[in-house]
Parts: sequence; structure tokens; C-alpha cells
Amino acid sequence: MHTDRLRPVLLPVAAVAVAVAIGAAIVLAAGASPVAAATAIWVAAFSGTDAIAATLEKATPLLFAGLAVIVGVRAGLFNIGAQGQLLVGAITSAYAGYRLAGLPPAVHLPLCLAIGILSGALPALLAGVLRATRGVHEVIVTIMLNTILVNLTDWLAGGPWMEQGQPVSRTPAIAGSARMARVAGLPVGFLLAVAMAFVVWFVLDRTTFGFRLATVGANRNAAHYAGISVAGATVAAMTLSGALAGLGGAVESLGIVGRFEPGFNAGLGFDGITIALLARVSPRAVIPAAVLIGALRASSTQLQARARLAPEIVDVVLAIALLLVAAPLILRWLLRLRPGSCRTEVQLTRGWGA
Amino acid sequence: MSGRREGDAGAPLLEARGLTKRFGSVVANEDVSLQLRRGEVLGLLGENGAGKSTLVKMLFGLHRPDSGEIRVGGEVVRLRSPRDAIGMGIGMVHQHFQLVPVMTVAENVVLGAEPTRHRFVDRRRAAAEVQELSERFGLAVDPDAVVEDLPIGAQQRVEIIKALYRGAEILILDEPSAVLTPEETDELLRVVAELAAGGVGIVFITHKLREVMDAADRVVVLRDGRVVGEVAPGDTDEAGLAALMVGRSVVLRIDKQPARPGGTVLEIRGLEVDDDRGRRAVQGFDLEVRAGEIVGVAGVQGNGQRELAEAICGMRPRSGGCVLLREHDVTRLGARAIHDLGVAHIPEDRNKHGLVGSYSVADDLVLNRFDEPGFARWGRRERAAVRRWAEQLIIEFDVRTPGVEAPADSLSGGNQQKLIVARELSRESVLVVAAQPTRGVDVGSIEFIHRQLVAARDRGAAVLVISAELEELLAVSDRIAVMRSGCVAAMFDAGSVTSEAIGLVMGGAAGH
Repeated sequence: MHTDRLRPVLLPVAAVAVAVAIGAAIVLAAGASPVAAATAIWVAAFSGTDAIAATLEKATPLLFAGLAVIVGVRAGLFNIGAQGQLLVGAITSAYAGYRLAGLPPAVHLPLCLAIGILSGALPALLAGVLRATRGVHEVIVTIMLNTILVNLTDWLAGGPWMEQGQPVSRTPAIAGSARMARVAGLPVGFLLAVAMAFVVWFVLDRTTFGFRLATVGANRNAAHYAGISVAGATVAAMTLSGALAGLGGAVESLGIVGRFEPGFNAGLGFDGITIALLARVSPRAVIPAAVLIGALRASSTQLQARARLAPEIVDVVLAIALLLVAAPLILRWLLRLRPGSCRTEVQLTRGWGA
Repeated sequence: MSGRREGDAGAPLLEARGLTKRFGSVVANEDVSLQLRRGEVLGLLGENGAGKSTLVKMLFGLHRPDSGEIRVGGEVVRLRSPRDAIGMGIGMVHQHFQLVPVMTVAENVVLGAEPTRHRFVDRRRAAAEVQELSERFGLAVDPDAVVEDLPIGAQQRVEIIKALYRGAEILILDEPSAVLTPEETDELLRVVAELAAGGVGIVFITHKLREVMDAADRVVVLRDGRVVGEVAPGDTDEAGLAALMVGRSVVLRIDKQPARPGGTVLEIRGLEVDDDRGRRAVQGFDLEVRAGEIVGVAGVQGNGQRELAEAICGMRPRSGGCVLLREHDVTRLGARAIHDLGVAHIPEDRNKHGLVGSYSVADDLVLNRFDEPGFARWGRRERAAVRRWAEQLIIEFDVRTPGVEAPADSLSGGNQQKLIVARELSRESVLVVAAQPTRGVDVGSIEFIHRQLVAARDRGAAVLVISAELEELLAVSDRIAVMRSGCVAAMFDAGSVTSEAIGLVMGGAAGH
């Protein structure tokens, strides 16, 4: 029983450990000291409340993005558009944050969050409907939507919604009534994200709705036989996925950046895929995975200053960890694990038009 | 191809001596010995889980025995991989074909051992060699046909040619008839006889008694991983083989009381249904099934049986006609609504429709009932209640599983089928639609499933059994409808009809 419970954790932990070891070797090869690098990461990410808060702030949108990807994967869908959905959520909530100044905080903040959720859900809904009714693969639709949404938000932030009298393209700062504060040194957004991880876990693993999604994801023919609406589950999962990504964007604007600024959230949606995989599509496991990646991201400046390492080394380590999780065979071979110890392999997508 | 290996001329082609294989604490094979001679068909008979697969996997280099030895032509060999086995002239046709669907027959056959010309694949020679093999052994296939366009029976012949092309003198056929229609099975048995006449030694794995009686020169029976008997078909009969295989006497023909039919439950009038490609598969189909009777639907596969079952159960849109359930028109209802009206459905393809392989036995036992009161409350699944229900069902329906939390795909085919039967028949239903209810299931489980269908009938349900096995229909049905070209060609009283009479109508002799 004991080892059984540990098994699902074994693979990701081993993957990260092996990736760190390979990372250390690369650092050495680059002529820097792995010890200095590790110290820099530790100092930057975890020493003192400010460092921890910064790490958790970095982890927050990643957590939402990871959850967004997981909801899709459970229903057999690959929402590669979390990035775009997160961006629209970020910009619309920021817009509501400065445009609707004057509302009481109890109304303003929830309203901004809701707007972020809705605007993230909409593009995903479109992808879901196209998939369910016309069989258009969601990967293609969401990739195209990403391009559209990235450029749309860039244009809005540098045009109609741009802060006046500023050389950089960004929206005005949001009003205090829409800002998410810190509670006991912890960013509220992070707490919300953690709570959401538990909500998503409950919905996916404990409710009939989650069972429907999972059945469609695992065997759509059996779902059809069992009278589950495959189209309905597809649309619902996609929309929910987009809503989570949109909420992630809103939390970032309202709780961390304080406005929308293009470039701030580049790649977050794609990191969500990394995190979902690292967490092996388990909502609760997204929390440590996001904190880990958040810590690495938060320490990239320190890495440069203290260990004189290019911040890209962080991406290299992450990519290796991801490769090891996605291809457990490599890890099994490296660690001589028996096949049984890595059951529950993650299958992310079933390929084109499946 | 022959005489490639020097060996003791009198030695058997293939011999296993005292093979033992354990998986953890489970003994899959214990002290198994057998011999295969040139030109002989050796039937390997056993229930699901008896250890047939493990045995042949050792003979084909997929598993390594813990102890014991394998001899080819009298010499001890070590088979580390299928490559070694192929090198020793052993070929295997797996239950699930290992073919590339988009490639031609010839390309599939030569794949991995291509004849080349100037470093390019010599397609012409490949096709010629395939043609030659197919003619020599009477294996009719077109070398230039694309595999995915071929019927299953022809794909199997491609697999056989593939093995022969690699010089196989020993051919292992793993449950070759499990996927075939009766006609295709007859064709296969003919091919097997021809191969044996040509000097090939064949290990024919099956749990179908009729086939070993027809095709085998000798039968080795496995039970619980051990050889429990070796007989010549001439010295025994089907009942004797079944008893050997199951370890107790098996009733091949179940006793049942005469049907006492009540009111009409299912009434189908002029039903029209399209298949996946949009062609009309069921047309002008009329049938009535009354409470307390079992109506069997016989027919050559592909005459609309699958579409009929799916249409009745709401999984497939109906293009015309009507389906009445206790006088209510259900023609337009979906799968869920029809299920809720008390229709149980054992689907034809258990892995495609019947269950989710990655789900636990418990979850699959409520696959179409997961949100009913008792299994869920306010949208939250009552997992403890589901587990308790499952614990009860696996005992009641004798589903052999390590536990209700084990994934369904870890069960043997027969137990997966019993799982589905348990789910569908554990609920009071007015109509039971059972499509191929015992396909790929061993004798012991067949008997059990048949009893369950009769029990459902005796509880007052109307039962519709659609099957490609005439024996099965004759065993369980009260009336038998023969389906041909999408409609009922003839209706028989099961008590007074012979399989020959049904077979004639299936083939198109009477009716119309």
C-alpha cells in the first residue's frame, strides 16, 4: 500500500532529479559552478518572505495554465491555446480594472475576475464547438487563435487601451479597488490558484460531470454507448479550460503586474503544458510543479548575476525534465525501474483527427 | 526452405520440455511439455487464462522460460526475441494483426526483409514472391491490394504469408478464429490443412471445441498452466474435451423451460438504418419480441446485424420505419433515454463500446449508471457505494479480478465480457439486446452467460440475441430469425429447426 501510494510521485520526482543532474553537468561544461547556481536559485526563490512571495507570484499564472491544460487532457483534448486565452483574460480584466474605477472593491474585483474568466472561455468555446460539430481538430484552431489573440492584445495595449503619455505600450494601472492584495505575505492570487486546484480535482475526480469528461477522454465510443454526449463534454471541457486560463490571466493583471503589459506573460500558456505533464495530469500535483517552475523562473536574474549563467539554462533543465516525464522509457532505462513502477503513463493527445 | 537446418531426422520439429514460467507469485505455466511434428496440426486448447498465451510467447521468444527447454529439430535453442524464433523457422500469427493498414499486401509481407535492387525495394519481385507463396498454399490474396481494404479473413492470410515468407516451418496461430466469421473460419481451416499437407507444423490455439475436432491431429489441453491431457480428436468428443478443459463436466446445451411469452415488448416495423459509410444496412426489417422469450438473430456477418442492434439501442440514427417499446415509439430516442426505459445492451465489441479499459472494474460496472441515485448524489459520485455494488456483482457474476479497483483491461476477455453481462443484467430490464454475447469467451463463461440470458428471460424480459454462432442461437433461443441483406429472410421455431436449415437461408436458398 505504501509503495503504491508513492508510485505516481516517483516518476516526476525522479525526472526532475535527473534533469537537475544533467543541468548541473551543462553548467559545469559552461564553465560555471553548479553550487553557485543552486545557491543563486535558493536565495532568489526561497530566502525570506519577499523571495517566497515572488516565487509564488511567478507560480500563480502557471498553476492556472496547468489546470487549464489538465481539464482539456482529461476529456481527450489538447488546449494548446491556453496562452491566447490567458492573454485576453489578462487584458480584459486590466481594462475593467482601470475603466470601472470608482466601484466598491467588493464589486469591482469580482467583476474584473469574471470578465477575465469569460473572455478566456469564449475563444476556447469556439474551438470546442468547432471540434464537436465539425470535427476540426482543436490543436489547429487554438494555435490559430493564439496568433490572433496575441496580436489583438498587442494592438489593444499599444492603441486604444494604451496608457497616455507613455513611451511603452501598456494599459494604465488598475484602480486600487480591483487589486488583489497579499494576505500574511502571501499573494491572494496564489491562494486562489491553490483553492482552484482543489476545486478542479474535486470536479474531475469526484463528480459525475468529471466522470463524463473522463469517459469521453478515455474512450469516446464507450461514452457514446453509455449515453454520454460526446459533443457536450467536448464543448464543456474546452470552455472550462479556457475559463481557467482566462482566470489565470486576470489574476496576473490584478494581483501581480497591476496592469496589462505585453511580453509580461509570454509563454505562460505553454508552460502550462509543461506543468500539466510534470504533474501527470493530476490537478493537485500541479501545485508543487508550478511552484518548482515558478522558483526557477523567479531566480533567472540571480542566476545571471551570481553564477554568470544565461537564464536559458532554466529552460534547458525544464525541457529535460519534461522529456523524461513524457518519455518514461528513457527514465526507466536510466534508473532501471521495473515497468510496473510507471503505470498510469500520460497520454497527452491521440494525434490528428482521432 | 526446407532442410535448412541439420537435425536429427526423427526428432520433432518443435519440442517443449518442462517449461515453467512465473509472473511474481502467479504460475502461468508449470512443467509444460509438448511436441510438434512436421505436417501436423497441434490443437492447443484451454480456457482464457489457462496459460496458452504465455506458452506460445515462450515458443516465439517473447517470454523467457524460468526453467525447461525448447528444442527445434532436436536441438536445444535459446530464444531471446522473436527475431531468434523467426531465425529458427518459427512464425506466429497474433490475435491482433501486426500489419500496416495503408501498405499493400506485398509491402506488408516483405517489410523488414525486402528484396532489393540497386538498394531500392524491388516491388515487382516482392509481389511475385507473394503471388508464388499464395498459390503454393492456396492462400488467396491479391499482392497489390491495400491491407486496410481487405476483410479480416484476408488480412489473416496476409499474416500467414508473412510468416511463410520468412521461412517459417512452424506456424503458431493464436486464437485465429476469434475474429473471423464462420465462413472465414472454414476457409482458415482449409488453409491450415493445406499448409500441414505441405509439411508445415502448426500450433493452433483456440478455445472453440469444434475447430480442434475438425482441424487438429492431436490436442493438448491446458488448465491452470498445466497440461491436463493430450488426446486425438477421434478418441473423444466435444463434451469430453470441454470437461478436460474446464475441469468439470460442462453442459453444452443448457436446459431451459419452454418459453411462456407474454405481451409484445419490442416491435420493429420497416426499420431502415445506414452503416458508417452511409449505405443502407438494415432495410424493411420487421420483428416482434415478446416478454419472456428469447429471439435469436442469425445471419452471415455484415448483413446489418450490428446496425440493427445499435439502432434499437439508440446508438445509431434510424432513417426510416419505427421501433416501439411496450407500445411507446422510441424511434427517435438516444442511447441514454432508451437505457432509462429499461433496455439492457451487451454491445458487439466489448473493447470499443462495452467498457473503458483504463477504468477500474467498479467504474466500468456503472459505466452507464454512474449518475443514478445510489451511485451519485447532487452530482457527486458515491464512490463507496459504487465499490460495494461492484464487490457484490463480481461475486454474483463470477468476474475473476484481483479486485474492483483493478483496471478492466487487466482482465481476460471472458471476464471482461462477464463484467459487461453483470452490468447489463444486474438491473431489471424489459428488453435485453445481446450482440455476440460470447465472442472470444471460453466454454465455462459461455455456459454462464447463456444461463444469465435465460434467467433474464425467465424474469420476464424480452431478449434479443444477435450472434454469428449458430450453436449459440440454437442453445438459447426460443425463436430464430435469419437476417439477410438487412431484413428478416425467415423465422424458425428454435425447438424444431436444424442448423442446416438455417444455414441454407443464411446463404440465400430460401425466403424472399
